Amino acid sequence: MSPRRTLATAGRVLTQIRHDPRTIGLMLVVPSLLIGLIAWIFVDTDVFDQIGPAMLALFPFIIMFLVTSITTLRERRTGTLERLLTLPIAKLDFILGYTIAFGLLAIAQAAIATAFAVWVCGLTIEGSIWLLFAVALADAVLGTTLGLLVSAFAATEFQVVQFMPAIVFPQVLLGGIIVPRAQMPDVLQAVSDWLPLSHAIDALNAVARDSEDAAYVGGKLLILGAFAFGAVVLGSITLRRRTP
Amino acid sequence: MSSDAVVTVDALRVSRGRHEVLHGLGLSIPRGSLTGLLGPSGSGKSTLMRSIVGVQARVSGKVLVLGSPAGSRALRGRVGYVTQSASVYDDLTVRQNLAYFRAIMGAPRSDIDRALEQTGLEAEADRLVGSLSGGQRNRASLAAALLGQPELLVLDEPTVGLDPVLRNDLWAIFRELAAAGTTLIVSSHVMDEASRCDRLLLMRDGSLLSDLSPTELLASTGAADAEAAFLELIRKSDAA
Ligand SMILES: Nc1ncnc2c1ncn2[C@@H]1O[C@H](COP(=O)(O)OP(=O)(O)OP(=O)(O)O)[C@@H](O)[C@H]1O
Ligand SMILES: [Mg+2]
Repeated sequence: MSPRRTLATAGRVLTQIRHDPRTIGLMLVVPSLLIGLIAWIFVDTDVFDQIGPAMLALFPFIIMFLVTSITTLRERRTGTLERLLTLPIAKLDFILGYTIAFGLLAIAQAAIATAFAVWVCGLTIEGSIWLLFAVALADAVLGTTLGLLVSAFAATEFQVVQFMPAIVFPQVLLGGIIVPRAQMPDVLQAVSDWLPLSHAIDALNAVARDSEDAAYVGGKLLILGAFAFGAVVLGSITLRRRTP
Repeated sequence: MSSDAVVTVDALRVSRGRHEVLHGLGLSIPRGSLTGLLGPSGSGKSTLMRSIVGVQARVSGKVLVLGSPAGSRALRGRVGYVTQSASVYDDLTVRQNLAYFRAIMGAPRSDIDRALEQTGLEAEADRLVGSLSGGQRNRASLAAALLGQPELLVLDEPTVGLDPVLRNDLWAIFRELAAAGTTLIVSSHVMDEASRCDRLLLMRDGSLLSDLSPTELLASTGAADAEAAFLELIRKSDAA
């Protein structure tokens, strides 16, 4: 592993994105627009205050996951990944470079989405707005690292596309948005304990209602961090220099 | 086999999908030579090249490159590889592409301008690769492989889509590199490029038909040009 190669990769990814205004818009603006749409749908009810925090987990997570896996998918399709892997770059340099680049974008995304939900859409936050931002950021970074894991794990571009729904949909369904996790059948509840998005949603709900102390939220942040860390390590182990 | 062989391949078998696509190839490539790899579409040229640079999975047999097994860590950066379709980033300029690959290789900064000059891309250096013509992109991809002066260059159809003038310029560069001691393996569909090579490997259906110099090839088949010689070899192998 080499910091120079990791940072060169992060810089390269950011330069690519700088040339691509649509992706910037997708990452920075679309989560806020979707949250705004949800707020509008439920404008005369108090539903938004109940599901708003979960939306702050959902949209950034899915969008970061998609953008990351599509960007790395493109790297595979155009042969640049194949070339890179014949060069003296560690697989971890490659994965970490992407994590850093998208992590920086996630900071901007989480700040915009949090501010928009609270100050434009009027989401009621009883707890600390900083904690809310911290969880939203961890959640977006998690989306990126899972996207990297999926594209590293896949042997072909087609497999990447196949893995995407398999990773995202169960987390959305079991995350406690449709039915609170406590009311789900025991088996599903146990499964959802092992899905990182559930913990992001738990943490955002706790901050919004101020229903738990900071240690609880800190614990959830640690869980999200552990999943992100695990995805980076596993991704750099499973990325193959040789492909069929 | 010469002890000065840069590439030694023995009993190489490769499976892709459900089929075996290389059936026990053996060859050796001497240092400083310019070797042409010719054969019809689907004959296994790219697969052989991918095996030599070490990105091909499901390989059996022996592939030694610069004394180490293909794809080993010691070889990274010593072998330049250009994939069949241009492997550069569309949403970066030519210079930004080269700057990134240079940083990964740890090559000197001056290599960027040298590679731009060798491939005649100085005027396009600050344009996005996505806005270049097909031939210009191929040259950008080639430029990236020239960074860091690799000892072995594996180029998969680098002249596809180029006009005769550019093709001529590129072959002149290949000859120059070979004269300076670089070993090159260049695949091509275009048979009239064969005469530019020191040696010709002719492939068909995953096997090696012949491994001769251009003059030997013409002499052994009595043909007037490489294309006729190739057809003659196919006829002979079918008859045998
Ligand atoms: N990804 C793949 N999966 C399965 N089979 C493949 C794959 N790539 C190539 N093949 C098969 O392997 C054989 C050799 O293909 P290869 O790409 O090496 O040929 P080639 O000589 O480079 O052809 P071309 O001149 O068209 O580039 C072909 O029969 C092809 O169908
Ligand atoms: Mg090919």
